[in-house]
Amino acid sequence: MRKAEILIIGAGPAGLGAAIEAAKLGAKVVLLDENEKAGGQLFKQIHKFFGSKQHYAGVRGFQIGEDLLKEASDLGVEVLLDARAVGMMDDGTVAVLHKEELIQIAAKKIVLATGARENAISFPGWTLPGVMTAGAAQTFSNVHGTLVGKNILMVGTGNVGLIVSYQLMQAGANVKGLVEVIPRVSGYGVHAGKIKRAGVPIWTSHTVIEARGKDRVEEAVIAQVDEKFQPIAGTERVIKVDTILLAVGLTPKVELAKMAGCALTVEPTLGGHLPYHNDEMRSTNANIYVCGDIAGVEEANTALDEGRLAGLSAARELGYGDDSVEEKKMELNAGLCALRMGTFGEKRLECKERIMKEWSW
Amino acid sequence: MDKINEIICRCEEITREEIEEAIADGRTTVSGIKRHTRAGMGACQGRTCSKMIMRILQQKGVRNMKDMDIDTPRTPIVPVKVESITSEEG
Repeated sequence: MRKAEILIIGAGPAGLGAAIEAAKLGAKVVLLDENEKAGGQLFKQIHKFFGSKQHYAGVRGFQIGEDLLKEASDLGVEVLLDARAVGMMDDGTVAVLHKEELIQIAAKKIVLATGARENAISFPGWTLPGVMTAGAAQTFSNVHGTLVGKNILMVGTGNVGLIVSYQLMQAGANVKGLVEVIPRVSGYGVHAGKIKRAGVPIWTSHTVIEARGKDRVEEAVIAQVDEKFQPIAGTERVIKVDTILLAVGLTPKVELAKMAGCALTVEPTLGGHLPYHNDEMRSTNANIYVCGDIAGVEEANTALDEGRLAGLSAARELGYGDDSVEEKKMELNAGLCALRMGTFGEKRLECKERIMKEWSW
Repeated sequence: MDKINEIICRCEEITREEIEEAIADGRTTVSGIKRHTRAGMGACQGRTCSKMIMRILQQKGVRNMKDMDIDTPRTPIVPVKVESITSEEG
């Protein structure tokens, strides 16, 4: 049985933020990640972030990842890679599959920064080779240098759909168009603008209704939808593509939280089921903190700051740091409020406020 | 439109039709549908299809997202080789 004061599960921006702040206060931190490299989705983010300087505006995602990794390792955070938490035991220990070996880790505080998984939608033919999620295509192109297809239909115009479309265009793919089931583009205008300027059509109030092909995708059938999102007969259109990418939202990975008895709530705007938490990212289980996409799907900068909050709170609970930690937490909460502004942010802020108001333990 | 071959659970090859039959048969939860059809019982443990099943329950007016329960997760949450479990350290 291994021991840690604070065990952090997931080394994306949230987990790294938590590890850095907890280690800075002097806590002994173990940080797990199921991948061969820490950093989570940051290493796929080749675009520059925007917002304020405090939130890394103008810096590319993978550079932020490198900086955070270096900071964590300089602070003595123990990082276990190829280490996947597979269960929470009744006595609070975590079962971890580390390089094919099952180990148990006992920790005083656990920070769940497990992230989210991509949603899919079903339609006839969606199981044909050539249909995959947008994030998978992004991993292929930005991490492994492989284009998943030549002629692509993107389903969904959230930021993932828009950014991945543009990156695949930059990599030489022919993005034939994007479909969006609601009547407007759902991601940021700045990303949609790049696609529109390149002359790629965005069909709003449209969805994909079928993928056709013998052994793999050869064409996609799209159709206009009515106000109940049902396809309108007669509006079908066939598009010759070899790849259909699904960018239809993300779902928080809550299995470990649910297993640990954390009460869940449902916020569709934030991805669905997620653990209740307060403004120091504590779940309804006193020893478990949640941060980043598991606590509601948002962005890398909010994940990082939520992680910092969780790390500070967990370490402070263990007696590390002094009263100045409270001040730091207030600053981080103010920063998170600032990130949750505008048409997109306000809805998320509203959900977060509701979750925190309903939280109790 | 031919929906017969619209697979919902890839691991167990359960179609939309089978899910809809289970609902018509009185299953109103993700867990109930899982036990009835095996959707979500395969290698991936419902990581993709459980959300689709929630959406079908919602579309059919059986249950709102707000009072939807996720299926009970159990250890191990991802497939683990028996070898890894039996070689577990004390």
